[in-house]
Amino acid sequence: MKPVAFETVRAASLAEASRLLREAGGGAKLVAGGQSLGPMLNLRLARPRLLIDVAGIAELTVAVDAADQVVLGSCVTTAAVEDGRAGDAIPMLAEVAGHVAYRAVRNRGTVGGSLCHADPAADWPTALAALGADVIISDGRTERSVPVAGFATGAFETALAPGEILVRIRVPVPSHSAAWGWVKLTRKAGEFALANAAVLVDHERGICRIAIGALRGPPLVVGDARGLFGGGPVGAGALDRVALNRLLGAHGGDGGTERALHVTALARAADRAAAVRSRT
Amino acid sequence: MSATGVGASVARTEDDRFLRGRGQYVADWRVPGTREVAFVRSPVAHARLRAVRAPEDCAGTVFTAADLRGVKPVRAITSIKGFKLSSEPILATGKLRFVGEVVAACVAATRAEAEDLAERVELDYEELPAVTDMLAARRPDAPLVHEEWGDNVFIETVEDRGMTEAVLAAPLKITREIRTARQCMFPMEGRGALAFRDDRLRCLTLVSATQMPHIVQLGVADCLGLPDSAVRVISPDVGGGFGYKGLLCREEVVLGWLAQTLGHPVRWLEDCREHLGANANCREHHYVVTGFADRDGRLLGIDCVAHVDAGAYSVYPTSAALEASMVASLIPGPYDFRAYRCRSAAVATNKCPILPYRGVGRTGVCLAIEAVMDGIAREIGVEPYEVRLRNLVRPEQMPYDNVMGRHFDGGDYPEAVRRAVAAIGVEAIRARQTRGESDGRLIGVGLAVFCEQGAHGTTVLASWGRPVVPGYEQAIARLTVDGDLEIRVGTHSHGQGHETTFAQVAHEVLGVPFARIRVMQGDTLYTPFSTATWGSRSMVMGGGAVAEACRILGERIKAIGAWLMQADPADATVGDGCVRTASASVSFAEVARAWYLQPQHLPPDVDTGGLEVTAGYRAKRDSGTFSYAAHAVCVAVDPETGLVEILDYVVLEDGGVLVNPMIVDGQVRGGTVQGIGTGLFEAVSFDAQGQPLASTLVDYLLPGAGDVPEIRVLHMETPSPNTTFGAKGIGEGGAIGPPAALVSAVNDALRPLGVELQGVPLGPERILAAVAAARASTSA
Repeated sequence: MKPVAFETVRAASLAEASRLLREAGGGAKLVAGGQSLGPMLNLRLARPRLLIDVAGIAELTVAVDAADQVVLGSCVTTAAVEDGRAGDAIPMLAEVAGHVAYRAVRNRGTVGGSLCHADPAADWPTALAALGADVIISDGRTERSVPVAGFATGAFETALAPGEILVRIRVPVPSHSAAWGWVKLTRKAGEFALANAAVLVDHERGICRIAIGALRGPPLVVGDARGLFGGGPVGAGALDRVALNRLLGAHGGDGGTERALHVTALARAADRAAAVRSRT
Repeated sequence: MSATGVGASVARTEDDRFLRGRGQYVADWRVPGTREVAFVRSPVAHARLRAVRAPEDCAGTVFTAADLRGVKPVRAITSIKGFKLSSEPILATGKLRFVGEVVAACVAATRAEAEDLAERVELDYEELPAVTDMLAARRPDAPLVHEEWGDNVFIETVEDRGMTEAVLAAPLKITREIRTARQCMFPMEGRGALAFRDDRLRCLTLVSATQMPHIVQLGVADCLGLPDSAVRVISPDVGGGFGYKGLLCREEVVLGWLAQTLGHPVRWLEDCREHLGANANCREHHYVVTGFADRDGRLLGIDCVAHVDAGAYSVYPTSAALEASMVASLIPGPYDFRAYRCRSAAVATNKCPILPYRGVGRTGVCLAIEAVMDGIAREIGVEPYEVRLRNLVRPEQMPYDNVMGRHFDGGDYPEAVRRAVAAIGVEAIRARQTRGESDGRLIGVGLAVFCEQGAHGTTVLASWGRPVVPGYEQAIARLTVDGDLEIRVGTHSHGQGHETTFAQVAHEVLGVPFARIRVMQGDTLYTPFSTATWGSRSMVMGGGAVAEACRILGERIKAIGAWLMQADPADATVGDGCVRTASASVSFAEVARAWYLQPQHLPPDVDTGGLEVTAGYRAKRDSGTFSYAAHAVCVAVDPETGLVEILDYVVLEDGGVLVNPMIVDGQVRGGTVQGIGTGLFEAVSFDAQGQPLASTLVDYLLPGAGDVPEIRVLHMETPSPNTTFGAKGIGEGGAIGPPAALVSAVNDALRPLGVELQGVPLGPERILAAVAAARASTSA
C-alpha cells in the first residue's frame, strides 16, 4: 500500500499553485492536510504525477471573524475551528468541527480540503450549506463565488474548473435570535456519518433552511423549509416526514432504513434548533 | 504470598521496552542488503488460472508457481476419518480459490517499487461461479471449490447421545437460527517476515511475526524439502496474535524460498489492505439449534445443525476440521442435560481459509445456546437468569462429565450468575425500564454464561484430529555463573506478558529475586520444541513446565549447597535464592561458582547435568481446564437509529488460581472488547462474486475506546485440581461472552416492540429493519 511515484512542490503563492495546476493539465493534485488524499494515494486510487502543497500559502490559512461574516481560508484546519482559533461568532462551526473524524485528523485536515474532496459522507458540506456559506474560487487571476449548496456536483465532484483553487469560505453570521441544530449519526465516535443534518432558523433574516448529508451525492439543501414544518415552529413533532421522504427520494437518496436515518437526523436537528441559540 | 510470586500483580517486565518504543518487531529488524517483497494476489474468488505473465524486463524479480519447482503445497493432514484434504499451493496454480490468494511474488529495492512491479503482472484467468455461502455450498448444483471432492464438505460429524422420543416430545421446543459474520482479527501488528540465509549456522533464518515458531519451522522445512534443523525461526516481539499468527503462512514459505534462491535477505510486511482484502478469516458460523425443555424451563436436550464456513483450504496446523469439531463438542455449554444431537459440517467456500480466532468455536456456540435459554425464559415468562440457574451444572455435581464427556474440573457456575446479576443490578434495570427514558431509547439487560475449555491436552487434541498434537510441554531452567536464572520456553508471548508471569512462577519455586530471572522465548535455536501459544494453554502448560524445571534445578542446587555447608541435603531447603539449613546458608551464586568455576568443591556424586535442566510437563488430567464466566451487560437501544450504547458491562470470571491478576484482568478486558466487536461492529460482507466489501477501516469497524464502557471484572477463584498452582486457561474467555450477552440485552430492550434479533453483528441496519418489520406486522 505505497503510492505510485510522484513529484511534490510547495507552492509559495496562489498564482504559482494555479499556474502549476494548469501546466500539469490534470496530472496534478492540490494537497493541504492530506487526510483524504493520503490514503487515496496509498491505495493507488489517486495517481497524480505532481502534488502541489498549498498549506504554506499564507492567505489560505487566515481566518477573519467579522461582524456579519466569518471568512475561513481554505487551509484553515478543522481543529482550528473546533478550538475557536478561527473565530467564535458562529458556535455551530465549533460544534460541527468537534465531531469530524478524530482529533489527529482534525489537526491536519482542512475545511477547504473537505469541501473540495466532496465525500458525500463528510460533515462540512452539509453544515456549511445549511449556514448559507459560499466559497471563493480563484484561477490565479480572477475570483468567483459559488454557494456551498451548489459547490459539490456529485460524489467526489465539484464545480472547480481545471486550474481553479478554492481560496476561502464565507459564512454569514446568523442574527442573535437565530436557532440551529446539528446532528451526526455514527456507529462510533470519529467515523463518517451514517446521516447528518443541520437546521438553521433565523426569523430576523427570514431564514428557515435545512441540509441533509451523507446521501449518495451532495447534500439535500432546502433553502425555505418552512413548509416542511407546517409553517409553524420548527421541531421534530411538526416535521412532515412524508414530504421529506419525497424530497429525499427525488434527490436520489437511498430508500428503506437508510432514508429513515436521514429523516431521524433531521427531526433531531430540528428539536435541537428549538433548544439551541446560535449565540450564547 | 511473595510480592513477585504466583498471585501477585507484578508490573510487566516487557512493558518497559514497549512503552518506550523499544520493542523489536519484525519491521524493526535491519539486515544489510534486504529487498522488499510485494505479492500479486487473486482479484477474483474463483477462476481457472491459465497463465501468469510477468513483463519481459522483470526477469529475476517476479516469481510464480512455475519458479517454485519442488516446493510442496501446504497440506494439513488430520487423523479424522472422512476428512477431505486440501492442497494449498504456495503460489496459486491451476485455480484461484479466493480473493487475495497469493499468485506471484515481486522483489524490489523498496515496497513501492515492488508494488509497481506487481501491478504489471498479468493474470490470464477464466472466472468461475463462486461459492460464497456455506449453506448454498451444500446444494448439489453448487460450484465446487475442489472438483476432485465431488462436494464442498471438508468434514461432517454427527453426535447422537441419549436423544429419546420422550425428549423430542418435550412440552417446550425452542428453535433459533443464528448466523455470525466473517471477521478480520486485526492484531495491532500485521503479519510479516524477513528471511535470510545464515551460512555460519548453515540454516535459513526466518524472522516472522508468528505465535508458533517451531510449527512454522516444521512447515517451512517441509515445504522447502529441508530438515527442520536447517530452518531457524525467530519470533521476536509480536504485536498481538489472537490466532491470526497461529499457522504456517504461504508468504513465509515464499520468503524462505526467495532467500535460499536469491541469496539476499527479503522482507514482506502485511499492510491493512492485505489484511482486510485477503484475510477475513474467522467466526463465520450458522446454527439451527433447538432446545427441548419441560414447563419449568428445565432443559432436557439439544438438537443442533451447525455449519462452519471454512473457506477454500485447510490451514496448517489447525486444519479446517477444528472449528466444526469444537462446535459439536461444545454446544452443550455449562448446562446439565443428557440428550444431545448435533450435526456439524466444515464447508469449503471461495473465501480465505478459516483460522481459530480467540474463543474459536465457543463464541458462536455460546451465542447459539444462550439464545435458546433466552427463548425458554420468554416462553415460560421468567427472568433469563432464572432459566440459567435452573440448568447450570451445580457445584455439588463437580467434577462433572457432561453429555459430551467434557470433564468440568470444578467451580460454582450458579454463583457466578448470581454475582453477575447482582453486580449489573437486574432489579434496578427492570425498574428503570418501567419508568422509560426521556430520550426515547430502550434499556435492556443481557446475560451470557459459559465455561471455557482451555489448555487442551493430548487426548483432546488427538480426538479433534489436529495435525500436530501437543504432548509434554518443555522448559529449560539454567542457573548462571552469577546465580541468576535463565528460563527458556517454547511458548510465545505476543501480548500475554509471559516474560513476567513465567518469572513469577520461577520465583515462586526457587525464590531467585524476580529482577534476576530472565525469560527467553521466540527462537527455535535456543528454546525447546513447542506447539507454542494458542488455546489458552501457555500458563498451564508452559508455566507447569517452568515450575517443574525449576523444581528439578532446585534439587541439584540443594545437593551442591548442602555439600558446601557440610550438611545432609535432607536437612536443607531451597528458597529466597539460597540453600539453607537450620544453622547456615549458601547463596545460589556460591553454588553456581562451585559448579562453573571451582568444581573441586563439588560433591563426588554431583549430578553431571549441572545447573541446567530441561523438564517436560503434562497436566495430571489433560482433558483441559474449565474456566467459566458470566457476562452481564446493560444497553440502551435507539429504535429510531438502530444504534446501541453499552451502559454497563460486568464480567464475573473464575480462572482458577491467577498467577498475575492484573494481567488476567487485562486479558479479560481485551477479549471482551473483541467480543463487543463481534457483537456490534465487525463484519466483512462478500458480494455474490465473492469479493470482500471492506477495503479500509472506514468499511470495517472495530470497537474503539469511545464504544466500550469501563468493564467491571469480578473474580471467583476455584483452583484446578489438575494443574500446577491450580491455574486454568483464561486467555480467550473475554471474547466468548459478549455477542451472546449483547444479543440478549438488545432483545430485552426491543421486546416491547416485539422484536427478537438473531445473529451478529447488531448494526443499525439490522436493528432498524427488524423494528420496521415488527411495526409493519403490528399495524397490518
